[in-house]
Amino acid sequence: MSDFLKLDLLGASIALKNKEISSVELTNAYINAIEKTSSLGAYLDVQADYALEMANRSDKKIQQGTAGPLEGIPIGVKDMFCTKNIKTTASSKILENFYPTYESTVTQNLWNDGAVMLGKLSCDEFAMGSSNETAAKGNVINPWSKTNPMSPGGSSGGSAAAVAARSALAATGTDTGGSIRQPAAFCGITGLKPTYGRCSRWGIVAFSSSLDQAGPLTRTVSDAALMLNSMAGYDVKDSTSANISMPDLMTYLDNSIKGKKIGIPKEYTQDGISQDIMKFYESSINWLKDSGAEIVPVSLPHTKYALPVYYIIAPAEASSNLARYDGVRYGARNEAATLDEMYELTRGNGFGDEVKRRIMIGTYVLSSGYYDAYYLKAQKVRRLIKEDFENVFKNVDYLLTPSTPTTAFELGQKQDPLTMYLNDIFTVPASLAGVPGISIPVGLDSSGLPVGVQLIANSFDEPGLINVARTLEKCADFNLIPDGAAK
Amino acid sequence: MSSIKSIVDIPTVNKIARLARLEILEKNKQNLTNDLNNILEFVAQLNEVDTSNVEPLASVTGHKLPLRNDEVTDGNIGELVLQNAPETSSGFFVVPKVIE
Repeated sequence: MSDFLKLDLLGASIALKNKEISSVELTNAYINAIEKTSSLGAYLDVQADYALEMANRSDKKIQQGTAGPLEGIPIGVKDMFCTKNIKTTASSKILENFYPTYESTVTQNLWNDGAVMLGKLSCDEFAMGSSNETAAKGNVINPWSKTNPMSPGGSSGGSAAAVAARSALAATGTDTGGSIRQPAAFCGITGLKPTYGRCSRWGIVAFSSSLDQAGPLTRTVSDAALMLNSMAGYDVKDSTSANISMPDLMTYLDNSIKGKKIGIPKEYTQDGISQDIMKFYESSINWLKDSGAEIVPVSLPHTKYALPVYYIIAPAEASSNLARYDGVRYGARNEAATLDEMYELTRGNGFGDEVKRRIMIGTYVLSSGYYDAYYLKAQKVRRLIKEDFENVFKNVDYLLTPSTPTTAFELGQKQDPLTMYLNDIFTVPASLAGVPGISIPVGLDSSGLPVGVQLIANSFDEPGLINVARTLEKCADFNLIPDGAAK
Repeated sequence: MSSIKSIVDIPTVNKIARLARLEILEKNKQNLTNDLNNILEFVAQLNEVDTSNVEPLASVTGHKLPLRNDEVTDGNIGELVLQNAPETSSGFFVVPKVIE
């Protein structure tokens, strides 16, 4: 493997600042890695020339001593983030020729801090999916695949596959019900969903606005801290953005967790969870205990209702958000004699099956006669789920859970929508409550596929979350690279 | 609170598709109907939860919706607004004729 690819984000940023390497060298190494791993299908669009231009500028800034915290670091961007004059499709046919005239706040924050953009990464269509198979341009392959191609998870499947395959030093993702944490677990990397409101949603293609949150996918917890330091921040252009400053996460990484209380929720060890995952979950509990944390059994009694709540609220919000794709202002259009026919043909032709299913469910639960029974009911149970977290965080500092019920599955294996939805069973509750969660890799199962565990913190406690995650990461010492990674 | 009990059939799918302005091909209607019924049956477990004294939760932010002064913050970007439109004319979006 190229020595450049061996450096993680933190290591690369130190080497850049010490002028041991240049950003152009580093970026070229990643452009080569993208070519070598192109069969994985992680990238929808590679911006090699643009990346080298940015890298050149970064090298000048480093020479001039005006480098930002991410100066010269080549990263990939999930195709849900609008990038100015660079095609942004949300992996949908309906946006196949959409060139935003503005830049999302989160990506702008990253460029302001010196990051270099390698290109746009595949995801499930409009981030609706848990396997990256709903992408209009086809699935992404997990670099950990053995004989048969495996799913990288979703919806940030391209982001997770690229980071695991060493074809991006880090990537942005979005997480509505687990879309950062689940693919991170499947690909053996770190994925952090911040508190709702931490990162601006402005310029991110909207899926479910009360749940959508941007976050980083990285090789290590330190790298996630560095990325989130730059991505987060109050933004007047997003009315749900939190005007609460986040301290420098890097200063919390190596604090002791002695005396911290870690809750083990009994509802997260249900039937159907793989034995290998249970084994590593139990090891993780012991590692935290050995690091001085106090382990406390807890209960979040409404956990089992999280998925049903999610599959009412998310499609309802999606059906409303996706009404904008009408063939008039942007996106594809199918010509027809009347306006209504034009809408119907454009949307019928432009959206994939899963997106259509969710628009239909969302429209149904919001329609006259069903609104109270479904949508309002779900909003009420959502409050009970949020209260579960509020109650539990009166007694413990963090929660430790498995990230997923199983490790990565084969592409094409889960055809039934409901079976697919069950992937998000451990990640959806934190999304509904708006609290931050992180998945970190802790080992390989008996088939050689990565296992992740999830830590959850109270709202706006990303510093503590990073601290415990870093502690667990040190204990697990997971540093394996998949066979499908760039050499 | 009315209880969740409903069965989607093809006429319902037609009605919902019409509300959503979404063309569903005839050959896909039966599968979609089945999928919707399965999903609705799955979410019906919410009926088990007593929510008689629970207020619905629409936002987790905990903060009030911020207001700003009613001032123009951008403008004169007509070209940018129209840049991605499938069809434009003289600075307007063009749609099929809507007057009978």
